[in-house]
Amino acid sequence: MALFITCFNDTLFPRTGQAVVRVLERLGHQVEFPFEQTCCGQMHANSGYQLEAVPLVRRFVRVFASYEAIVCPSGSCAAMVAEQYPRLAELAGDPALTAEVDTLRGRVHEFASFLTGVLGAEDVGAYFPNRVTYHPTCHSLRSLRLDEAPLRLLGAVRGIDLVELPAARECCGFGGTFAVKNPDVSTAMLADKVEHVLGTRAEVCAALDNSCLMHIGGALSRLRSGVRTMHLAEILASS
Amino acid sequence: MSEQPFPVAAAKALRDTQLRHNLGEATRTIRARRAELVAERSDWEALREAGRRIRDEALGRLDVHLEALERSVTNAAGVVHWARDGEEANRIIAGVLHQHGATEVIKVKSITTDEIALNAYLEREGIRAWETDLAEMVLQLAGERSSHFLVPAIHLNRAEIRDVFARAFDLPDLSDDPEELTAAARRVLRERFLTVPFAISGANFAVAETGTVAVLESEGNGRMCTTLSRVLITVMGIEKVLPRFSDLGVMLQLLPRSSTGERQNPYTSLWTGTAAPDGPNEFHLVLLDAGRTAVLADRIGRQALRCIRCSACLNVCPVYERTGGHAYQSVYPGPIGAILTPQLARLEAGRSLPWASTLCGACYEVCPVKIDIPSVLVHMRGRVVREAGVARSERWAMSALARVFSSRRRYEAAQRALRLGRAPLRVGGTASVLPGPLRAWTSARDLPEIPDQTFREWWRSR
Repeated sequence: MALFITCFNDTLFPRTGQAVVRVLERLGHQVEFPFEQTCCGQMHANSGYQLEAVPLVRRFVRVFASYEAIVCPSGSCAAMVAEQYPRLAELAGDPALTAEVDTLRGRVHEFASFLTGVLGAEDVGAYFPNRVTYHPTCHSLRSLRLDEAPLRLLGAVRGIDLVELPAARECCGFGGTFAVKNPDVSTAMLADKVEHVLGTRAEVCAALDNSCLMHIGGALSRLRSGVRTMHLAEILASS
Repeated sequence: MSEQPFPVAAAKALRDTQLRHNLGEATRTIRARRAELVAERSDWEALREAGRRIRDEALGRLDVHLEALERSVTNAAGVVHWARDGEEANRIIAGVLHQHGATEVIKVKSITTDEIALNAYLEREGIRAWETDLAEMVLQLAGERSSHFLVPAIHLNRAEIRDVFARAFDLPDLSDDPEELTAAARRVLRERFLTVPFAISGANFAVAETGTVAVLESEGNGRMCTTLSRVLITVMGIEKVLPRFSDLGVMLQLLPRSSTGERQNPYTSLWTGTAAPDGPNEFHLVLLDAGRTAVLADRIGRQALRCIRCSACLNVCPVYERTGGHAYQSVYPGPIGAILTPQLARLEAGRSLPWASTLCGACYEVCPVKIDIPSVLVHMRGRVVREAGVARSERWAMSALARVFSSRRRYEAAQRALRLGRAPLRVGGTASVLPGPLRAWTSARDLPEIPDQTFREWWRSR
């Protein structure tokens, strides 16, 4: 199996990748990291630069074609491959690419769904004695339909005090370039999300996407709230 | 349609605390009601799929269904008019009213007539159009625009409505008790229903097979207009046609639940041409294109024409909930407006709207006819970038990034450069101010620490 780290995690959140590797190896699996991987093209595709994203689709297909399973610690980037790759291949007008995307995309798994859905694991031997609340990121929730799986994984962590986040399904306001193109609306949504997080009195806000967590955590940090954000993989890697 | 970019108009709306409060209360209430009523239908997903199929069938052979509709209405003694655009539709409607020497006309709530700015046109033609839907009446008296399909005055609370009525009806002692407010409106409206014999309506649906037009409403004002008038004019977008009468069976289950959060709305009026001596003795149906045929040509964008204007997507949209409808500066606000407006009007006019969304997908989840709004938003972003053009600096930055990502060597060099650049950003341990357009990020959020090692560097060293 291969780790698709995502450019965002590779550059800004290497700890998440390290956690994924630790958990998978603890479960007895060997992970490979293809160095030629860069970005899946989501930022280009979602910003209106679909044509510029096509070469990145080709690159992704080339880099990962030979792997049986491709594991990715980002709901958003996993959803990008599952949902947008077929459309981008069609836009490119390249039937060969469409065929390659079709055979590949079923093998790209978000990390939490890979653990529960493919490996059938729930208790991964983690110990994390903290009060934690979980924010379901929009793409993990609505594109990948990861509703219960992450909560089951967290529920099996020893020592954890898992507390429900009110209005959890509401978007945090990140939305990629939305946060910069519509900063005022983004902040208004963020304010409500942060209010809910603080209301739980959790020490940690966890999710399946570091991009949304960077946004939520950025406000928690600016407020000096003392609450930190963590990718779910890092909690599962704790022992 | 849009005069200001969405972010500018939205920023203004976000500062209005009364608006934020009103919208939050109203959308939360309708959302909860809808969720409860949808949950009691175990076949909801099948119903949605049936709705999607019916709407796609109608749009797939729109020409055939419209000609069938014309025949059916004509056979039932109605008159069908075809309007290429809003201007032509307005001319047709004013023409019919002039023929009868009308100086006043009563109206059922209709977004399509807002789209073509019918009231202002009639005013110039010397005909006063009276809105009879309570909320539309409030807006007309206040000189404001609708901000929601279903609840046009959602941005106003009852104290604000009280002020509008007190001024307009000269009732200084009026309280803000909803019953008293409704009674004040009712006195004025009854008089108009009984004295003005000309009415204009929109249409929720029109059935090709039978020529039947359907209007769904809650207040009974629509029933009054469509039954008490002598001359009834209905204007509808050509996309509203349904192939068969039985299709109403699906739509009348989907729409009220998605819209008002009711199993059944209080008044559903169905009429087929004229049926003297009952009801109007003259019926005109104006079929409006106004850009719809062009939308139909866009393979991905065309699904926006499935819309039945239920407003479920507005009520669940986290952006709409905070900005309200006026920020969209279109008669079609919210997520559906963000994909309809730039398609129906010129692309340039609504160019900032496809970005007025985080692509969270809440709209798609509730849409009763399964319009994949997030996908159409992404598609429209691409059309704006390719066809309407964007700032050169953005295009340059995106091309540069595409080049970086297309080579491992350039990508790894960029990672190193980012790390070198982190030092000056740090203030007291956390990066708190970014330059240029990225300042928007640090206006409310700290940046994460840029780590000493990328993941791939760690992997190489393990």
